[in-house]
Amino acid sequence: MTELAVTVIGPDRPGIVADVAEALAALGANLTDSTMTRLRGHFTMTLICAGELRVEQVEAALAPLGLPFAVRDVGADEPVRQAGETYLVSVHGADRLGIVAAVTRELAGAGANITDLSTRLTGPLYVLLAEVELPAADAATLAERLAVVAAELDVGITFRPTQADLL
Amino acid sequence: MSLPFDPADLGEGTVLPVVYAPAPVLGVPGEAVDPTDPAVVRLAADLFATMRVSPGCVGLAAPQVGAGLRLFVVDVTGHPKASTVHGAYALANAEILEASRWRPGREGCMSVPDLTGDVKRAGRIVVSGELPGSGRKITITTDAFEARALQHEIDHCAGRLFLDRVSGAHAVYQRKVYL
Ligand SMILES: [Zn+2]
Repeated sequence: MTELAVTVIGPDRPGIVADVAEALAALGANLTDSTMTRLRGHFTMTLICAGELRVEQVEAALAPLGLPFAVRDVGADEPVRQAGETYLVSVHGADRLGIVAAVTRELAGAGANITDLSTRLTGPLYVLLAEVELPAADAATLAERLAVVAAELDVGITFRPTQADLL
Repeated sequence: MSLPFDPADLGEGTVLPVVYAPAPVLGVPGEAVDPTDPAVVRLAADLFATMRVSPGCVGLAAPQVGAGLRLFVVDVTGHPKASTVHGAYALANAEILEASRWRPGREGCMSVPDLTGDVKRAGRIVVSGELPGSGRKITITTDAFEARALQHEIDHCAGRLFLDRVSGAHAVYQRKVYL
């Protein structure tokens, strides 16, 4: 069993996902984890597919679609490493260069592992949302450091636990 | 607040294996039960026993142990997000009569061990149901976390998982591994 990472980006239109998914299914490529979203006018797909596959086969199947893509063998699935409690960092403020760099560098410095991150720019407003895993003992320190970064960037930052309740 | 119910009256329960999605039983509406049927009383005791040995678990429905029936147990006593608490109880054939004050929250489920999701639930509900054993019909008015737990379990009894109610395409998360 091979695992391939596939990225496809193209102008957004109805049917773009169906075209890619069909091409992969026809090869016997099993689509496992994926994230697909519209980023401004571009539709982006990042996915892992598994099967008895070679990179060239997948490339040949995607080429006729006329969309920019990349295929890479990423080896076998690695177990997800536990890194503590989960938190949501939300940032919003006037758009300026380096917000993502400054915030994520601070997160990295604190040993926080980002599991999901998205940003949106609408007009002058910039929004960043990041889900992170962090040892609970380090949370208070990170919250303080993020407050400093927020002041430097002149943006609002909130940092809060997102613990799910088991029902 | 207390109900005319004591889990000890159900007798000693047996810990049952929990069923995981995509087991078909989790996706079909459960059947109504006779709350005075000794088999139903025994199943309620088993659900308590199974819930008690599961760390962090505050509710368990019959479909989660493979029985497609409208029966569940719940106990949110001591939970930090709970406000009104009715203690540990089992409920058969429960129905939501009123629901208001909808609020988002992130929940996980024993039967979906690797994922959590953001789900809107009513923060105040009125629920009717029958108590296993006595068969007494009761109405429960509750709020906050107990209301969320009841809605989650009543969903199980209707063949619904939190995945059927998540708030958006990015509202399901990989759950960290609990040791
Ligand atoms: Zn559940």
